Amino acid sequence: MSQAVVDRLNTRFGGRILRWGEAFGDHEVRVALKDWGEVAQFMKDDAELQMDHFIDLTAIDYPERESARFDLTITMRSSGNSARIRVRTHVKDGEEPDTLSHVWAGANWAEREVWDMFGIKFKGHPDMRRILLYEEFVGHPLRKDYPIDKAQPLVPYREVGEIDKLPPFGIEEGQPFARIDWESRLAGGDNQVSPSIGVQQGQRRTLSDSEAAEQIQARIEVRMAREAEAAQASEETTEEGSGD
Amino acid sequence: MGELKVIDGGGEVAVTTRLSDLLQWARKWSLFQYPFVTACCGMEFMATAAPRYDIARFGAEAPRFSPRQSDVLWVVGTISQRQGPAVKRIWEQMTDPKWVIAFGTCASCGGFYDNYTTIPGVDKVIPVDVYIPGCPPRPEAVLDALMLLQEKIQANDRRPIVVPPKLVPERAPGRTGKGNS
Repeated sequence: MSQAVVDRLNTRFGGRILRWGEAFGDHEVRVALKDWGEVAQFMKDDAELQMDHFIDLTAIDYPERESARFDLTITMRSSGNSARIRVRTHVKDGEEPDTLSHVWAGANWAEREVWDMFGIKFKGHPDMRRILLYEEFVGHPLRKDYPIDKAQPLVPYREVGEIDKLPPFGIEEGQPFARIDWESRLAGGDNQVSPSIGVQQGQRRTLSDSEAAEQIQARIEVRMAREAEAAQASEETTEEGSGD
Repeated sequence: MGELKVIDGGGEVAVTTRLSDLLQWARKWSLFQYPFVTACCGMEFMATAAPRYDIARFGAEAPRFSPRQSDVLWVVGTISQRQGPAVKRIWEQMTDPKWVIAFGTCASCGGFYDNYTTIPGVDKVIPVDVYIPGCPPRPEAVLDALMLLQEKIQANDRRPIVVPPKLVPERAPGRTGKGNS
């Protein structure tokens, strides 16, 4: 069904559909930035396509791409004929795509988020403000050149003296749920969870932590002995082989 | 309570103590809470506040949704940069004496949200008395925090403290039954 959408767009727009194909389980077409609003309006209004379900609009940053820095994508679906399709366009830094908020009301907030996170402004948007971050925020954090550790506090941080934070829970203490039995796993064991969880799930009998540690140690020793034996055996065979 | 002195007046008995001790004793058993609940730790907070763990035993069960009437600010969950001014304002509106509990890893140090959105620990904005580690902490750890806070109030000790880790309950010394080998 989604292929029919691509065919319909190709008949209607001809060479203005720059690329089409399938990616990540969806059909996808690429259009030029100037056709962005027109194609979207057509897909919504066309009696055959009826793309009435706006799913998502977002952007992707490719800072190393020289032709156009951003990809802008919109995913939509038709509740009438169950087709689902993604439309993509390339946007240079500073270019302003047409807003789709009058086509699908849901695009309003999605476009505000794209402005907030990537700094792409939409032409004709009724309320082009940041949506998640605050007005004082400088820059757009999902651009890949935004420093990963740069915070912009609204309230200046207090000077907090050193307090003794405790080390993480050790094997002999802590909370009995959802803890991975790392020692066992590192030693090649197949017990995925801590001893107390194992008991609850009926995996094995209860061991105290020191018992468990002993068993793990014993298992490691057995394995090391076996490996040493195997190494010795292979040495012997090579000696025999050279003897022949 | 602090030092108690019993005076036997021949049939009538009086007990004396210091006024400050009496006040701290009264305070520690009537901690009206202001829950500032923002994230998943809230579920664990609700579990603690529910009858099974019964924080009414500590006189701390009454939530007050006006900061002016509350004594303890429970910061439960991740605090984003955008919430910073709100949490600071609420703390400023509380009347003295007031205490703050950072509930869970995010409130204590930001947790794994090491990025532009999150305050790395609510102690960057307001002073914290008790930190509860855990993601989320178990109700037992929360009750530990409450008892630690009571001890601190009685001793008039404002140094911050972290709830220490505990033994797995079923393997605690002296406990018998299922789970003990």
